[in-house]
Amino acid sequence: MTYATAAPNLALAPTQPLSPPPGGAAGLPRLLPDRGAVPVDLRTHLGRYGRPPYRGRRRVLIPVMQESGLTGRGGAAFPVHRKLTAVVEAGTRPIVIGNGAEGEPASDKDKALLWISPHLVLDGLQLAAEAVGSQSVGLYVHRSSRLQERLRAALAERTAVGIDRVPVEIIDAPPRFLAGEESALASRANGGAARPAFKHPRVFERGVAGRPTLVQNVETLAHFALIARYGARWFRSLGTAEEPGSMLCTVHQADGTRDVVETVLGTPLRNLLALGDPAQGLGAPSGEAAAAQAVLVGGYHGAWLPASMAARMTLSNAALRPAGGFVGAGVLVALPADRCGIAETARVTRYLALESAGQCGPCFNGLPRIATVLDELAGPRPDRRALADVKRWAGLVEGRGACHHPDGTVRFVRSALQVFRAEIDLHAQGRCTAPRAQPFLPLPADTASTDADWN
Amino acid sequence: MNGITGSTALWYASRATGVVSLLLLTAVVLLGVLVNRQGRLPGLPRFVVTGLHRSISLLSVAFIAVHVITAIADPYVSIRLTAAVIPFTSAYKPFWLGLGAVSLDLIAALIVTSLARAHISRKLWRGVHWLAYAAWPVALAHGVGSSTDLQRGLLLWLAVGCTLAVAGAVTWRLAGAARDVPRAERAAATLAQGRPRPRARLPHEGPASPRRPADYGRPADHRRPATDRLKEADLR
Amino acid sequence: MKKQLHVDPTACTGHGLCAELVPELISLDEWGYPILARQPVPRGLDREARRAVTDCPALALKLLHPS
Repeated sequence: MTYATAAPNLALAPTQPLSPPPGGAAGLPRLLPDRGAVPVDLRTHLGRYGRPPYRGRRRVLIPVMQESGLTGRGGAAFPVHRKLTAVVEAGTRPIVIGNGAEGEPASDKDKALLWISPHLVLDGLQLAAEAVGSQSVGLYVHRSSRLQERLRAALAERTAVGIDRVPVEIIDAPPRFLAGEESALASRANGGAARPAFKHPRVFERGVAGRPTLVQNVETLAHFALIARYGARWFRSLGTAEEPGSMLCTVHQADGTRDVVETVLGTPLRNLLALGDPAQGLGAPSGEAAAAQAVLVGGYHGAWLPASMAARMTLSNAALRPAGGFVGAGVLVALPADRCGIAETARVTRYLALESAGQCGPCFNGLPRIATVLDELAGPRPDRRALADVKRWAGLVEGRGACHHPDGTVRFVRSALQVFRAEIDLHAQGRCTAPRAQPFLPLPADTASTDADWN
Repeated sequence: MNGITGSTALWYASRATGVVSLLLLTAVVLLGVLVNRQGRLPGLPRFVVTGLHRSISLLSVAFIAVHVITAIADPYVSIRLTAAVIPFTSAYKPFWLGLGAVSLDLIAALIVTSLARAHISRKLWRGVHWLAYAAWPVALAHGVGSSTDLQRGLLLWLAVGCTLAVAGAVTWRLAGAARDVPRAERAAATLAQGRPRPRARLPHEGPASPRRPADYGRPADHRRPATDRLKEADLR
Repeated sequence: MKKQLHVDPTACTGHGLCAELVPELISLDEWGYPILARQPVPRGLDREARRAVTDCPALALKLLHPS
């Protein structure tokens, strides 16, 4: 079926016959190829999807994105069409930057996507640039030589065939937790350190080089590229009405395995994590993986949920927000029953404190103190003021940084204090239920030690 | 001293206001360093330090203006108005008066940017403000070389005293800056402090009252880990 | 429209002048950094608020329209 002869409805019209949309009977996978984690080269990509369906004018794709309900897949879930509109209306000569700097240690999905399906991301980058009228495009990725090499090769392939309208500059991100924060990205792209900045003016108004800047997560751009081809209704054929579409998740099972999974918004968490059957009280059946005591949803700025509660919930903000969690960038971690939840939380909080950019007084004063006290709570017989101190400091740092690092850390800590309350009480009596002290939550080997580590 | 006639009065006025300007500028530099290091004048709120810094700098502008105008108006030596702002164009002692013009230009930049500081970028304001460390020694050199006043007697001691004061303040500032904790190390430094030890309760009525700034003790300092200054119960 | 006091936390070094000048709207936390009231500046405090903005040695305090 071709659209070539009809008066083109630019919102729908591709420039060549449509191949069927990705995803088999289940509608999945969409972003990752059918044949598993095999990197897709440009020829395969073009053979499957054809060239990027440019519309020839800016703004044309924005109503499509609005209808699709696509929200950012970088964690904040901000409606994509609103960001596009804001950038278009903010001024001239906008800049578009794809954000592939996945600073979250527990998240692998952006790296996997860039490695396996870079051309979907790069298509999305070009189409988003066209939608806002940008002639300056960048891709922000961590300084991993292999991934950057792969991306440069992919870009070279595209240039050779001439499918990119705007050349893409690869921008180095330092290996910091906050490197992928929007204003940190803008600072880095401006040639400075990847430290967050004060939110006035916003990055979409004056970001890189003082120009309106659209920052979009790489997974969001991949969805963008598919929606531009197959339309909003196709995108909405999966997911829920309020949270449509599919998404990539990094799933950590209680037995230690770690996978990137493409799933649908609204999927029950117990379909993603081996949590056991809530109807049977979550006892680990013989031969199954270690039972989980708690689930971390949303990464290290997310929230803990008791396993029994998580087993009854779905991967959606509608279900998770009332419980204090949120979907975020799709990090799901099942904590095995044989570890100490509060010790794990203390380790991660110490990491989060050390990953502070050291700019805002409440953050670099409050987070280390919270981490110190959590360390105490993770040990025997903590000081009896410990809980009160943590609660006070949590209230003091929330909302008082330039970015959401203090807020996210506080959310993570508060949920731990709730979910692991019984364990904390036991520690106060000098006991701990966990037989294994081996760390479970993944953390990088080192953090920043000098200012140069932020460049 | 002979009788001061109408014409020499202007010359004396210029010299006198010159000396006073140097004193005021010295005070401005000292207060500026105090503001930067978050120091206080004992017993006074912090806004007094910045307030004095600003007021005295504006006062020095007034004295510099009189100093320049009287020098120009004085018929004994020929100094044109343009020589006051364009350095080294004076007929009389072009080098030493030229230094005065340099200093005047720098101070003008400082004053203008500071008056407009709410409307210009922080970077621009800070960049220009660094010129203060150039303006002061140039003004001193101008004073020492333009006439023999500062080269002997009481006024020499005055000049030496001002120099020592500024040198001391600058040393204090540089030493403090050397001890600053870089941003990437601040959280680690606080972590290294470990658990804060309980401190004696500060005397005040009820919840922390901002109306008693003296109670806050040492101000916050981005530059090294903050020690807990108020006990938790004070804040409920 | 009424403006609101905001602080750029990356520029603030905790001088504490603002809390002295506008104690009705600004207090200091236990580390000396400002806690701002989340409300627009009332008419009577306009002058003090503007003075605090101008006097902040770090140029960290700002008066902005609520966004």
